[in-house]
Amino acid sequence: MYLFRLAMASLANRRFTAILTAFAIALSVCLLLAVERVRTEARASFASTISGTDLIVGARSGSVNLLLYSVFRIGNATNNIRWDSFEHFASNPKVKWAIPMSLGDSHRGYRVMGTTEAYFEHYQYGRQQHLELADGRAFASDPFEVVLGAEVAEALHYKLGDKLVLAHGVAAISLVKHDDKPFTVVGILKRTGTPVDRTLHISLGGMEAIHIDWKNGVPAQGNGRISADQARNMDLTPQAITAFMLGLNSKISTFALQREINEFRGEPLLAILPGVALQELWSLMGTAEKALFVISLFVVLTGLIGMLTAILTSLNERRREMAILRSVGARPWHIATLLVLEAFALALAGVTAGLALLYIGIAAAQGYVQSAYGLYLPLGWPSEYEWTLMAGILLAALLMGSVPAWRAYRQSLADGLSIRL
Amino acid sequence: MTQALIELSDLGFSWPGHPPLLDIPAFRLEAGETLFLKGPSGSGKTTLLGLLGGVQTPDRGSIRLLGQELSELGAGRRDRFRVDHTGYIFQQFNLLPFLSVRENVELPCHFSKLRAQRAIQRHGSVDQAAATLLAHLGLTDPSLLERRADSLSIGQQQRVAAARALIGQPELVIADEPTSALDYDARENFLRLLFAECREAGSSLLFVSHDQSLAPLFDRNLSLADLNRAATPLEV
Repeated sequence: MYLFRLAMASLANRRFTAILTAFAIALSVCLLLAVERVRTEARASFASTISGTDLIVGARSGSVNLLLYSVFRIGNATNNIRWDSFEHFASNPKVKWAIPMSLGDSHRGYRVMGTTEAYFEHYQYGRQQHLELADGRAFASDPFEVVLGAEVAEALHYKLGDKLVLAHGVAAISLVKHDDKPFTVVGILKRTGTPVDRTLHISLGGMEAIHIDWKNGVPAQGNGRISADQARNMDLTPQAITAFMLGLNSKISTFALQREINEFRGEPLLAILPGVALQELWSLMGTAEKALFVISLFVVLTGLIGMLTAILTSLNERRREMAILRSVGARPWHIATLLVLEAFALALAGVTAGLALLYIGIAAAQGYVQSAYGLYLPLGWPSEYEWTLMAGILLAALLMGSVPAWRAYRQSLADGLSIRL
Repeated sequence: MTQALIELSDLGFSWPGHPPLLDIPAFRLEAGETLFLKGPSGSGKTTLLGLLGGVQTPDRGSIRLLGQELSELGAGRRDRFRVDHTGYIFQQFNLLPFLSVRENVELPCHFSKLRAQRAIQRHGSVDQAAATLLAHLGLTDPSLLERRADSLSIGQQQRVAAARALIGQPELVIADEPTSALDYDARENFLRLLFAECREAGSSLLFVSHDQSLAPLFDRNLSLADLNRAATPLEV
């Protein structure tokens, strides 16, 4: 204990270097923990984006591509599929439920999805959780009703009864708007932590209605225009949709139905198992994720080497200190212990400050990260894994501390009590 | 003949690859004696102190401290033996600047149980021992105790170093040029206080210096050159 007091006093005497050293370690530790926390949370939230769905079906492309646009609202479908293909499989006896999805429009950067009531009934995320309404109701028979994801409502300050206009296409700045057919907010979903939060949900009829007078990708002019009221009285069954999700009566039939869909003669279709595709997608990101981890490990190593350098350079100017300690009875191993304690104290201060920085950072950025990346970073206690990382850093610091300790040990044996400086 | 505090016989030492530095047939320091040992720099004086402290070991011959043959002890035991029985005062800057005056004085008690015990026996507590010693050495202001050691003047620092050497009444106090940074009046004053405290603690004082003018104040004075057969003739 007394040695620890001596080590602290000696460090306090060199507080400027000591604080800088600890700060460098703190930054590196903060970076490592932040990367780890983002990684863990990203993986968890990623895996919980969709559950309970047995097959996702879209136009034939790649499975990752299909997963990206149907579940994550990233990218676009290469092709649509016909409505009668959907009906064909939705009525298959193996199928318990089917959710059609029609994508391609947006509202102020958020994707719009046309679907049916089945979506609110059957879509699941996380641990088999269903979508729940925070406010209002699901869209009903009127085509111009919209149900907002939690984040859309929050970020754009929409409440029930508000009117909004959808834009054609998914670019952040849309040149063509469906401003002749405004939608009314009838429901707002509870937060899910998945891309659902960033989606506006309308009925397939609504999706059809806003495009009913379009020809060749542009709205009709003059007499060709069809007003919202006219559209309400027309048949709004869509000709095509983008994709659909299937829930089966028995999991056992998944592969059989998948093969059946993939070999469908009506048009080229692709059916994927969401779990498999998620894994495929994650393994794509895994390399970047690992690289990030390795980089942050090296940053920690740099911090520790900085500490080692600071202690080693201090050794020479501290020969007098060592000799004085020797003359009052400190044995060489006392001197060595002092240096190990010093390294440990620096690393401990660094790790503690790094943890504090991490929490301050999370507290400050939590809201932004959630809204910008849909990633919820919890402020909870460090996980077992994070404790292990921190313990590992302290252990590494102890090991590094043994280098100057060894040198000081040799030095104090050679110098003895004489002060040569 | 009573047991000597230090007894050297037929001591020989040389640094590896160098000619013999020390060759001392016999040397004694009696208990309670104050001895002035004159030695210019380079005369092997620091090495001799290292040998007496058990930091170096002689090539041949014997060093007995309180009747204990140092070479019979292992390195760790020698270290412990040294701090139990010897207090050191060096030239200058021999305090740890970042500790308070009190903590500097108490340092040996943290490394030697024996000296802590003796300090408690005599003064009630280690803190009290430090305060009393400092007061005897002329540092009476109690607020001084908690000041950083490097905020004191050189003269004051040397007294703190003396208090540190004397705490826990070691049998031997070794002073290596402790007065070289002081002016003459302060030197004599410092020595008188040091003598008085050594007498009170019953410690012998081995005072090494090249400054002959202080020699008459001691019980006995010797020149290392006379003692040491390996001494090179003085060039000066």
